[in-house]
Amino acid sequence: MSTVFQPIVARAAPVATEGIVPWVRRNLFGDVRSAIASVLLLVLAAVYLPQLIDWAIVKAVVQPDAETCQAARGVGACWGGIVEKFRLIIFGRYPFGQQWRPLLATLLMVALLVASCTRPLWSRWLVLLWVVVVGAFFALMGGGIAGLAPVQTDLWGGLPLTILLSTLSLVAAFPLAVLIALGRRSQLPAIRALCTVYVELIRGVPLISVLFMASFMFPLFMPPGVNINVLLRVLVGITLFTAAYTAEVVRGGLQAIPKGQREAAVSLGLGYWQTQRKIVLPQALALVVPGIMNNFISTFKDTSLVTIVSLYELTGSLGLAFNSDGDWRPFKIEGYLFIALIYFAFCFSMSRYSLWIERQLNRSRRR
Amino acid sequence: MADHRPPPPQRFSLRSQAFRGVLYQMLAIGVIALALAWLAHNTLENMRVRGIQSGFGFLGSPAGFDIGESLFPYESSDSYWRAFLVGIVNTLRVAVIGIVATTVLGTLVGIGRFSRNALVRGICYGYVELFRNIPVLLQLLMWYLLFTEMLPPISDAINLGLGIWVSKSGLSIPVPVWQRGQTLALCGAVLGLVAALAWRRYAQLRFEQTGRPLPTFLPGVALVLGIALLGWLVGGAPTAWDVPVKGEVIVDGGAAATPEYVSVLLGLVMYTGTYVAEVVRGGIQSVAHGQGEAASALGLSRGQSMRLIVLPQALRVIIPPLTNQYLNLTKNSSLAVAIGYPDVVAVSNTAINQTGRAVECIAVIMLVYLSTSLGTSALMGWYNKRVAILER
Repeated sequence: MSTVFQPIVARAAPVATEGIVPWVRRNLFGDVRSAIASVLLLVLAAVYLPQLIDWAIVKAVVQPDAETCQAARGVGACWGGIVEKFRLIIFGRYPFGQQWRPLLATLLMVALLVASCTRPLWSRWLVLLWVVVVGAFFALMGGGIAGLAPVQTDLWGGLPLTILLSTLSLVAAFPLAVLIALGRRSQLPAIRALCTVYVELIRGVPLISVLFMASFMFPLFMPPGVNINVLLRVLVGITLFTAAYTAEVVRGGLQAIPKGQREAAVSLGLGYWQTQRKIVLPQALALVVPGIMNNFISTFKDTSLVTIVSLYELTGSLGLAFNSDGDWRPFKIEGYLFIALIYFAFCFSMSRYSLWIERQLNRSRRR
Repeated sequence: MADHRPPPPQRFSLRSQAFRGVLYQMLAIGVIALALAWLAHNTLENMRVRGIQSGFGFLGSPAGFDIGESLFPYESSDSYWRAFLVGIVNTLRVAVIGIVATTVLGTLVGIGRFSRNALVRGICYGYVELFRNIPVLLQLLMWYLLFTEMLPPISDAINLGLGIWVSKSGLSIPVPVWQRGQTLALCGAVLGLVAALAWRRYAQLRFEQTGRPLPTFLPGVALVLGIALLGWLVGGAPTAWDVPVKGEVIVDGGAAATPEYVSVLLGLVMYTGTYVAEVVRGGIQSVAHGQGEAASALGLSRGQSMRLIVLPQALRVIIPPLTNQYLNLTKNSSLAVAIGYPDVVAVSNTAINQTGRAVECIAVIMLVYLSTSLGTSALMGWYNKRVAILER
């Protein structure tokens, strides 16, 4: 007897779960409802996306020529206005010949922000770097030293002003916020009440009312004869506002520190300030970095409000560029899209960073 | 011989923690009181020098300026307090409708981010990231520009069908003429709601006794609509609609919304909707995976598991940050001043420029927003207590 080798029929290949086709099948046509939604959305995209591309790119006018733009109106976008007024939008009313100064100052500031976001550089030297760069920023913008022509602060504008307002107000608000957060958790009832009232009061009113206060009431608060620059007034207003929100973020971090840490410090004989400075704050502040980053993003967006009290930061300088010029006025929407893109680029990258740093800092807590 | 007894406990010491605490608090209060007194003194001095009068007496005198839109009759000869009232009502009109719309939009988008369809997920993600990262003021200005520049003038108003007209001057929609039938229908709807709630309670009791679920949603809807329809029929089934008609220079009739109002509402809803969507997404994610898996193991459908298992647990996490977003929307409605919507800030701004009473007018703004904030917080706090599950 001999057995004849008889191969059985090969089994069908397993259903592929990797690759493009299975992905599409699972994610676009998973069930009937999903399939209907996909078809509907794809049809909509097929109808409107070409029109959008047509408007924004194919039929758009890039030359800074108002008549060509008028001819293309309604058919194509007019990016010519931005090409023509690019520097007015970015730098506001800063003297045209001197605009390398705000450019350099802004680059320095952005570099400083990037450096502050890089973990290996987190050290004491960073504080010194901040002092140097902020000093250089003011020296470059204001002039009056090293042969630079003086430029009054009411001529500052555009992106440098946006970055200045958001950065400086957060930096100035931070120490205040830490003190307020500590105060809200203090054992002393009067101090706790004062800090709570401050935070709740500020958080209960819109930023614009604080800015109105800065522009209408601060002059009344000062002794007669003392005049404070409007930029400084607005800066103080935004700082006081940001401090309340940052204090809440910091308080969240303080609450996350186990009570045992503080008790251990006290049992070692550390006083209140020693405990806070050496034990509680280093742990709490590391926890709140993402929250503070989010605060920075909202402050960055909120600076657009100062245009209402006539400081010409990015949103305001766009108005300056387009409102007074009859030729380009109809194409303001393209200008809005342009600065929206700038805001988006800054805020989106910062929010990505915030997510990344949150994962980084949580690494030690995960097991 | 030396005395070895311990020293008697000291009643009072300058070095004790208690004394230092009192000292610090007195110092803090003293410093702040001094600062406030200094500011008040300066303010009074400045007002005297500049001849500014103070006090709320001006509220009674005629305002002398017109307000673009108002829910109740207002003329420029009316008093300041009436002007402020118009502003406050306008603010609340944006805030209330905005909160409702933003909740619907945010919840849909937040749930949409868990969709099984990649396109839906992608669109929700894109919407959130795009609208969240552009300042809300810029968005308001863009909507307003779209409405006032891109749309045709009222003489060429676009008909969107069903008697809806849209033009530079705003949006006109048809509204039913209010007759006895509508009143009865409204009463019927209220009655239906009561009946639906009673049915839900009965179904709950039945379920607890027998374990058999009774449908509640569809019968509830049927009850509300059915009784409302009954009321409408009893009232003589009025079908008259006030349809806007386009004339030479105006679109007449129907209900109208100004471009300012539509832009403010649209801008705030689109912006705050992204935050609400993130809150809802975070809330759903916070519910442990096992809960959903256990629900499907029990044979609940995806919709049932979402409605009965996941959402009630997510709600606990969602409510507090949602309250914050409602407050933000209300506060951001103050940006309406930038596009000329006459909210309380815009009215105060005009009043400041006319009377110079900055302190009083800003106090009015702050008071309005503070009370709205506190009111909303209290309401949401009450709701939060209701949905919170008592922990062991």
